[in-house]
Amino acid sequence: MTARPTAFVNARLVDPASGWDGPGALLVKNGKIADVIQGAAPEGLSDDVETIDAAGAMLAPGLIDLRVKTGEPGAEPKETLKSAALAAAAGGVTSIVVQPDTDPAVDDPATVDFILRRARDIELVHVYPAGAATKGLKGERMAEIGLMRDAGCLYVTDADRPIVNSKVFRRLLSYAKGFGVLVAHRPADPWLSAGAAATEGEFAGRMGLASVPPAAEKIMLERDLALAELTGARLLVDQVTTACALESLERGKARGVAATATTSINHLSFNEVDIGDYRTFLKFDPPVRGEDDRQATIEALATGLIDIVVSAHAPAPAEDKRLPYDEAAPGAVGLQTLLPALLAFHHEGRIPLIDLMRTVTSRPAELLGLSAGRLAKGAPADLVLCDLAAPMVVDLADLKSKSKNSPFDGRRLQGVVRLTLVDGRVVYRAD
Amino acid sequence: MSAPAPGLNEVLGRTFPFPKRHFLSVMDLNPVEVGDLLDLADGFVALNRQTSKKLDLLKGRTLMNLFFENSTRTQSSFELAGKRLGADVVNMSPRSSSISKGETLIDTAVTLNAMQPDLLVVRHASSGAASLLAQKVSCSVINAGDGQHEHPTQALLDALSMRRAFGRIAGLRVAICGDVLHSRVARSNVALLQMLGAEVRLVGPPTLMPAEADRWGSAVFHDLRKGIEGCDVVMMLRLQLERMDGVLAPSQREYFRFFGLDREKLACAAPHVKVMHPGPMNRGVEIDSDVADDLSVSLIQDQVEMGVAARMAVLAALSARLDND
Repeated sequence: MTARPTAFVNARLVDPASGWDGPGALLVKNGKIADVIQGAAPEGLSDDVETIDAAGAMLAPGLIDLRVKTGEPGAEPKETLKSAALAAAAGGVTSIVVQPDTDPAVDDPATVDFILRRARDIELVHVYPAGAATKGLKGERMAEIGLMRDAGCLYVTDADRPIVNSKVFRRLLSYAKGFGVLVAHRPADPWLSAGAAATEGEFAGRMGLASVPPAAEKIMLERDLALAELTGARLLVDQVTTACALESLERGKARGVAATATTSINHLSFNEVDIGDYRTFLKFDPPVRGEDDRQATIEALATGLIDIVVSAHAPAPAEDKRLPYDEAAPGAVGLQTLLPALLAFHHEGRIPLIDLMRTVTSRPAELLGLSAGRLAKGAPADLVLCDLAAPMVVDLADLKSKSKNSPFDGRRLQGVVRLTLVDGRVVYRAD
Repeated sequence: MSAPAPGLNEVLGRTFPFPKRHFLSVMDLNPVEVGDLLDLADGFVALNRQTSKKLDLLKGRTLMNLFFENSTRTQSSFELAGKRLGADVVNMSPRSSSISKGETLIDTAVTLNAMQPDLLVVRHASSGAASLLAQKVSCSVINAGDGQHEHPTQALLDALSMRRAFGRIAGLRVAICGDVLHSRVARSNVALLQMLGAEVRLVGPPTLMPAEADRWGSAVFHDLRKGIEGCDVVMMLRLQLERMDGVLAPSQREYFRFFGLDREKLACAAPHVKVMHPGPMNRGVEIDSDVADDLSVSLIQDQVEMGVAARMAVLAALSARLDND
């Protein structure tokens, strides 16, 4: 909360927006980035500047995670906005977009306003609501998209529930386009997906798990792309996780459909064999895929076909996870592990650091029209300082979320967040 | 006073170390252990045919039957197996008790575990349920069927029936026919029979076959006649009737026409073929009564008898380990 200007020196600045990955310094004043010096260290800083020696650690824009679930309102024992915000801060995530599938659903301007007010009171990271696309997330009638936009929602979505009725979805896209509102949609054929806990294939067959073929994702994505093309609306494809759907996405983008695609860190990091002896922490929605699909997803991230990586943070308390696999709740917490898990592809030498960081900073910022997500003079001082090389072992006890359902439990990762700033305020500092 | 009870090794006539604490999956076993279990079960078959059927190998031990799905057959088989070995047997049917009041599977198991049973026999509609319980309780857990995953004692009793009928299992050609997709019996049998050297085939319409079943090491057939050609054993699986109402097969009559086992189709199998079924049967759907009731080809009654003996063998082996603790 200091009003003194702060200078970060000896940092490895990683700024995807400008394409700079190299040594430098950065000055924070009045909650904004006051100066960015690429290369040589600044000289002659005035005495009232607090200087932080980054010692070569990465200084990057704070992460923007556009798919986060909490339990507020309605299921606060799972996760509150505050506990999610604490987890975000500890993970170097400075902006989160919370999903509307709460109880009650965020499907009117008053609930949007409620979330924004709660977030202001918490004063940690930026919390933005996504509004419901349809009333009560029922997929039948449009929610008040224009009013919710004016109240401050960043996009509309029915979260995990596909909007099955194609006529409803077409009208939704057309209407939202008129208001410049982005529509997110989960590509999943509801009938093929019904009751499934795993991805169809040899593994699920042997384990006796009800499963869904990867084609279920492709089928719905093809519809969504066709309707986006028809209406000219912007579409946010909510998690592409299979090779066959990626083919569709590639073709759609090539013919100019205004589609932006996300995938989750879980689908980049795990495959179905990780389920092992029915580990319910590996139960996600969409389900964890086979290794071929995982590799295709990583490849699509490397080529830029997939634009954005989300944590798909979905808290589920022990009582919802300590159940037989088919009865357990899907989802995994991920705010705190998103950055180190993503860095694995940098450490493997598979994807350049700046490209990885783009998927969680400047790309989502551009999509949502946020001024954050870049290291530029005048931008909000939403920053993460991360020691890239530092090893860590994920320990559930260290997670700030109220729910501890992390599939990364016990995993060795590299990249420790030292400091997180939001509007120049320190919201997390490693011990 | 009676003479001291014979131990497991006396029953078997040699030492038999069984290192497992639970009996959850065929995948946990090796061929030597299976052979020993079958030998032991053979001994219990003889015992069960005597007037006095009772041993006290499990004297003082408590066996709990915890059946979340109804099954008269398997539950009474385990009950008899436990009682004949001298255990105290308690049957719990959570359907009518606290589980329906919102208590979770784990809560129920932990509660029952606190009553200090030695052996917990579990059947549950979810794959992996028995394994989940085994992680949370201190007694031995026996999987009596978990969802569509495994039913290892059924595979053991089927192997026992086959070994007694043919004198061996290695080299037998076995066709498993019908609803393989939903069948835990099929999954356990494929694993166990392959381990013992049998050639296993899977036969059924594509809608009832798991994805990539051809990678299980078994040839997959969609034509019953071709599938059972030259087979020593034809094992029919139970088909739930509601799955045949246009959902996975168009109708019962169409299913029976193409996949029901009758005399005429059975003629494609080896001349000495034996027919098996885990029961309960849908007569006229997956199997014709004419075949099912012909004791010269049908092992179905034998399977029920072998069930008690095979379960006695499993209980005895697990409790022998308890003695060593």
